[in-house]
Amino acid sequence: MSITTLRGDTPVIETHGLRRSFRTRRGEVEAVAGIDLRVDAGEIVGFLGPNGAGKTTTLRMLTTLLEPSGGEATVAGCDLLREPRRVRERIGYVAQGGATDPTVTGRRELVLQARLYGLDRATAAARAAEVLAALDLEACADRKGGTYSGGQRRRLDLGLGLVHKPQLLFLDEPTTGLDPQSRAHLWEEIRGLREQGTTVFITTHYLDEADALCDRLAIIDHGRIVAEGTAEELKREIAGDVVTVGVGNHCAEALRLLEHQPFVREASIDEGTVRLYVERGEAAMPQILRLLDGGGITLQTISLARPTLDDVFLRQTGRSLRDEAA
Amino acid sequence: MRVLRDTLLVFQRSMGQTLRNPVWVVVGLMQPIYYLFLFGPVLKPVAQLQGFGGSAYNVFVPALLVQMALFGCVFVGFGLIAELRYGVIERMRVTPMSRLSMLLGRAGRDIAVLLFQSTMLVLMSIPFGLHITLSSILIIFALLLLIGLGMACLSYGLALLLRSEDALAPLLNAVFLPIMLLSGMLLPLSLAPGWLRAIGHANPFYYAVEAAREAFKTPLAGSTVVVGIAVAAGLAALTISWAARSFGRSVA
Repeated sequence: MSITTLRGDTPVIETHGLRRSFRTRRGEVEAVAGIDLRVDAGEIVGFLGPNGAGKTTTLRMLTTLLEPSGGEATVAGCDLLREPRRVRERIGYVAQGGATDPTVTGRRELVLQARLYGLDRATAAARAAEVLAALDLEACADRKGGTYSGGQRRRLDLGLGLVHKPQLLFLDEPTTGLDPQSRAHLWEEIRGLREQGTTVFITTHYLDEADALCDRLAIIDHGRIVAEGTAEELKREIAGDVVTVGVGNHCAEALRLLEHQPFVREASIDEGTVRLYVERGEAAMPQILRLLDGGGITLQTISLARPTLDDVFLRQTGRSLRDEAA
Repeated sequence: MRVLRDTLLVFQRSMGQTLRNPVWVVVGLMQPIYYLFLFGPVLKPVAQLQGFGGSAYNVFVPALLVQMALFGCVFVGFGLIAELRYGVIERMRVTPMSRLSMLLGRAGRDIAVLLFQSTMLVLMSIPFGLHITLSSILIIFALLLLIGLGMACLSYGLALLLRSEDALAPLLNAVFLPIMLLSGMLLPLSLAPGWLRAIGHANPFYYAVEAAREAFKTPLAGSTVVVGIAVAAGLAALTISWAARSFGRSVA
């Protein structure tokens, strides 16, 4: 499986054999069993996996919260093991459970957070105001965090992660538990970050989120990366696309015409339609149209179905992500 | 420099929270005030007994101050557990801030509160008959600062270790009642039978209480004060280094 991408030339995250094991009563458990990962500048990379697959452990290692048991990693240009402090200066992290104190106002928290990254008082205040405006939090900026709605709290969490303009932002399940409108709002913010050149590393349970938001995905299971690529590549790896051609009672002729074409992997007749398993549906469809037209067969319907990310996930991990999310 | 700056930032945040909800400062002060008004008068005739030198309040108030330091600071870990749960600690651990500052900024708030409460208690005790001198005030405040620092850091270290109020509360109660009784806080240990006195001498707070009482005597014995301060300083140094390491270590 290819790890390289052509987007950027400098990796923002690069790991080799990164591992983490925990001691439990039943002996040593390897939560992350050696992963090689590469994330390039300006990408939004989604990190998917069933519960307990090692997602959060990986994230906690990359954010300096957890010391790796082995392997090496470069994060934001700094060595994770030797220069954790320099890594911390360059990254932002939004934890799954959030990070806001219900007794403190959003503005105070943002100003403090900015100052902890070394900004002076005036710059921190200006930057907090900027973040509050960008995240549509001005109306509740001076109210205590405890009064915030779920969406507001999550946006404040995001703001706390990016108040110091990190070059790399880690988001752990950013939209879990949010209503659809708040999710859409947050997605917009995350896409906006990419436009400013921020690299985003995001774990999620939601396939639509991974599909809609991420440039590239990595699937982790049992502490290892089992698949990596763009959502399109991953789906294509599964079995290609399915093109269904409705040709009335000319099925046999159509089948004969199409089944030996090089782009068709498999073809079958199914209740008045011909089902074609092809490598790339969007490239195959014009050819199918041309061939049928040339053979004098009238095309009634044609449809293209793609394997979903859930199919990918199911094949790679043996589990459905939908079940996991429920 | 970074440590100082970060400590100040954490101190300001913690202090701000305390000042916006100062009910605990008042509650912490109420207990010694009750002792002063409702228990002090009972003690007055007892003050003629052996073991008490000088006026009843010069024996009683220093012990009340040490007790307030002990109990005022030993429960601060509960606030930290709440912050752990909110994710505030993790959020700070991802920043490049100093790990020691996370501890000292919070302990600094606890000490500021303690010294405010102590000042109030001393001022209220003067009409009852507490005699103070400049040296007694300097010594007692140094002692309180060290005891408060030690206890607050111990509490924060335990909170990081246990991460649950349900585990922290019974532990603190189980440990601190005997420590208080064995320190001679309420009545001097010199009144106790030999075996109890022997156990008490193994208790660092015994020396702190002795030093606190000595501070209000005239003339005072320097050695008792030095021993008390040294023991309190040693205890504070131990708990600071332990708790600061806990803040730095991975908290999974």
